[in-house]
Amino acid sequence: MKTPLKTDVKLVSMRDALGQALVDFAPEIPELVVLDADVSHSTKTLGFAKAYPDRFFNVGVAEANMADIAAGLAACGLRPVINTFSLFLALKCADQIRNTICYNNLPVVLAGAYGGLSDSYDGASHQAILDIALMRAMPNMAVIVPADAEETRQALRLALRRNGPTFIRGCRNETPVIFEGAEPLKIGKARKLRDGKDLTIAACGVPVLMALEAAEQLAKEGISADLLALATVKPIDEAALAASAAKTGRVLAVEEHTIYGGFGGAVAEAVARHAPAKMDFIGVRDRFTESGPYDALLKKYGISAEAIVAKAKALVGEKPAAAKAPAAKKVVRKKAVARKPQAKQRARKKT
Amino acid sequence: MGTLMAPKVEPARILAEKDRGKKAAMMQYLAHKLRVDVWDILHDKGTGHWGGASSVAEILTTLYFDAMTVRPQDPHWAERDRLILSKGHASAILYAVLASRGFFPVQELHTFRQINSRLQGHPCMKDTPGVDMSAGALGHGMSVSLGMALAARLQKKSYWTYVIMGEGCLDEGQTWEAFMAAAKFKPERLVALIDYNGFQLDGSSDEIMPLGPLFDKFYAFQWNVAPTVFNGHEVRDVLRALDWVKKQSAWPVAVIFQTKKGRGISFTEDTHKYHGAVIDDQTYAKGRPELLATLAELEAAL
Repeated sequence: MKTPLKTDVKLVSMRDALGQALVDFAPEIPELVVLDADVSHSTKTLGFAKAYPDRFFNVGVAEANMADIAAGLAACGLRPVINTFSLFLALKCADQIRNTICYNNLPVVLAGAYGGLSDSYDGASHQAILDIALMRAMPNMAVIVPADAEETRQALRLALRRNGPTFIRGCRNETPVIFEGAEPLKIGKARKLRDGKDLTIAACGVPVLMALEAAEQLAKEGISADLLALATVKPIDEAALAASAAKTGRVLAVEEHTIYGGFGGAVAEAVARHAPAKMDFIGVRDRFTESGPYDALLKKYGISAEAIVAKAKALVGEKPAAAKAPAAKKVVRKKAVARKPQAKQRARKKT
Repeated sequence: MGTLMAPKVEPARILAEKDRGKKAAMMQYLAHKLRVDVWDILHDKGTGHWGGASSVAEILTTLYFDAMTVRPQDPHWAERDRLILSKGHASAILYAVLASRGFFPVQELHTFRQINSRLQGHPCMKDTPGVDMSAGALGHGMSVSLGMALAARLQKKSYWTYVIMGEGCLDEGQTWEAFMAAAKFKPERLVALIDYNGFQLDGSSDEIMPLGPLFDKFYAFQWNVAPTVFNGHEVRDVLRALDWVKKQSAWPVAVIFQTKKGRGISFTEDTHKYHGAVIDDQTYAKGRPELLATLAELEAAL
């Protein structure tokens, strides 16, 4: 497998990539229509709107209506792509996405611009850190979280060929293009970016690049990371995760999202089923975020190469569970009745 | 419960009838016969929504037996007219009409709301032949129908898209988003039909959420609304309304039908109490003679 190009490359935002891809794909896919909720200057669907005015529908600030109009179009053979900020797409259209688009398995592409903390200055009201969790819980939905402009373009192409709904989560800001020239994106397939034996780092979205940097730093410190980029959060590549987790016994999931129910949850479900391993999670804790510059914000909320290095070290450095037995005993003394079965279990493990 | 009553007029005869007056009488009879079927099934299964199903019986029957062009043997035919029952809780009467129209066997109505049935509690387009769009959560239908009508324009097709909404759908904010959007895009052959029965789940619409003045609202939203209220229980009136619709050239078009929730049984009419209540044995026995008396009258008029 080709290793992706490194970081001294061009910067392109995913929204620009998606906007351009819509224009580029329009001639070959006559069924392609685009809807936007009064944010086409932001989502970059404006180019499509100008080039194909008959195939573009600006519905105003009425996201729920947009989602169901798209459902109607899709039910009659068209290929709609709906666009707005990812948080509003996930929350304001949740009922329409579930009860109309997903229930009927309609081929609507849901392009969530401004994913994660990328609408950084607008603050918590605009920052989409639960969109993956919500979209993942919708039956029939495929969830793709691209790491760069190239993956975004490829994700759109794949989504437009899929027989069902696909959520593509973008990013507002320019990010390095790292997958240009790499092996093409496939739905449900992980991409191995690095081979290692000490721990697995599983990442999606913008933090993939941070994970690459972290893995390099860890290598310098004698820790080898098996690095998986999983742009497809659903269906997730269970086989790749299982193989890696079985090899390393340590898994760190990295995402730009709350640690509840998103990519980390998907990774944990796969690992727990196939190759139980010690895990930890990089992502936003159970709290609201704030305004600020994107990079500084990511850093403050625990999403950075440094944070990945630190958590990876802690995961690798941790002693096996059995060594914890004395601590467990201490707890038993405090709450003897409640903890007894657990203490017994641990004692058994020890022998 | 045994089999449902066989209709005194074969559905095929209704479709073939050229005399509009005779056809109206036949549809009037059939709509009420299907209403009796719904009463029987809801009682038998102990679940379902009587009030809203009963109020839309004549409208649905007239659509599927007169106004709409469909092919029951080819339910996904791309050129067919579309109907979205946005008030999806009235599913029982939609299923009765679709079965009668030949989309699936009438006896399948006995599986209503049961495990492994194609007849879900609320309409599901993936399961039931003839259902053009799933519904259930209220307020979706207007937006979806707008999308379907826009698809016709984009694909240069000439099918009609009808959406039926009750007060519940009109309470939902999304419906008004869609009203605005429909007036902006003005797709041809998009028709909103309001089943205005005056009652919701919790009480009368005036009590729960007053919708008046509804005409003025449609005018204000730049819709071509039929200038008078039509009687949604008189097939001749429903035909007049749908004939008016077909003559229009300004889009989108809306028609308000005055109806009665729980139509056909004196004690279930004009009340919210039979929105989704179980039809127990006593209620069933009390209501059925009234339904049958009307059915006999309609049969005599054939």
